[in-house]
Amino acid sequence: MSWLLVALGGAAGACLRYSVDRAVQSRHESVLPRGTLTVNAAGSLLLGLVTGAVEAGAAGPGAAALLGTGLCGALTTYSTFSYETLRLAERGHGRAALVNAAVTPPVALGAVWAGLELTRYLSG
Amino acid sequence: MSGAPGEAPDGGVTDPDVDLRVPAHRAETAGAHAVAVLAAVAAGGALGACARYGLTLLWPVAPGGFPWSVLAVNAAGCALIGVLMALLEEPGGRASDGRGPGGARPRHPLARPFLGTGVLGGFTTVSAYALDAVRLLEEGAVGAALLYLGATLAAALGAVWAATAATRAAVAR
Repeated sequence: MSWLLVALGGAAGACLRYSVDRAVQSRHESVLPRGTLTVNAAGSLLLGLVTGAVEAGAAGPGAAALLGTGLCGALTTYSTFSYETLRLAERGHGRAALVNAAVTPPVALGAVWAGLELTRYLSG
Repeated sequence: MSGAPGEAPDGGVTDPDVDLRVPAHRAETAGAHAVAVLAAVAAGGALGACARYGLTLLWPVAPGGFPWSVLAVNAAGCALIGVLMALLEEPGGRASDGRGPGGARPRHPLARPFLGTGVLGGFTTVSAYALDAVRLLEEGAVGAALLYLGATLAAALGAVWAATAATRAAVAR
């Protein structure tokens, strides 16, 4: 059962990443890959919320598999982030590559933490 | 500068998920083909997520332990995206007409959406990486958390660089 939930969440997360990345790019033309940063931040925030809900007993292992492992895991991506960083450096955008590499981990960390703390606060 | 305004200066892809500066990527969600692209992304995402899940079951990390399995998943996925993109796009990003360098090798239009956006995007994860680091911090293992954050970043960037360079060299021979 868990495998099916992870697969469903993974399918939805990857489609969501593709769609959100595309939508962000069509609205903001920038050297920095904001679409990928957006999905990585959003997926991390959602994983914090889901993990907090599981801790509080408001969500079960099914939700963790579907939303946490599947959806958030596939919505966020390390491979796209690292390939983009490499290509920015290769194309002469060394500063953007550095900013991308330096900003993504703390943004993701902060987003997970914010999600966790918010659910902990809400569940008292 | 060559190319139309808004296009990647060297014609190549920066964002392997979808890069609107690349004409072929802009065109891929037009009409009936959009359904095929999203289906490929979804199928790949399901496979990638299940592969990651399977590896974390095979290689569980004890509470408070160093999250080696997610580090390995991310490093492996970054090496594989380097191989894939070097095969699909290099040199010169001629994949838009379905052909590779010199027009020699036809590339399937769903190869990148399925393998890159779907499988590898679904396999690698920033959210579990960030949660692992927060868990270590909450347990007071600040040194391990910083080591994990830095080692993953270094392994991922090193892997994508080395794999891309090696694949380009192999393709150019």
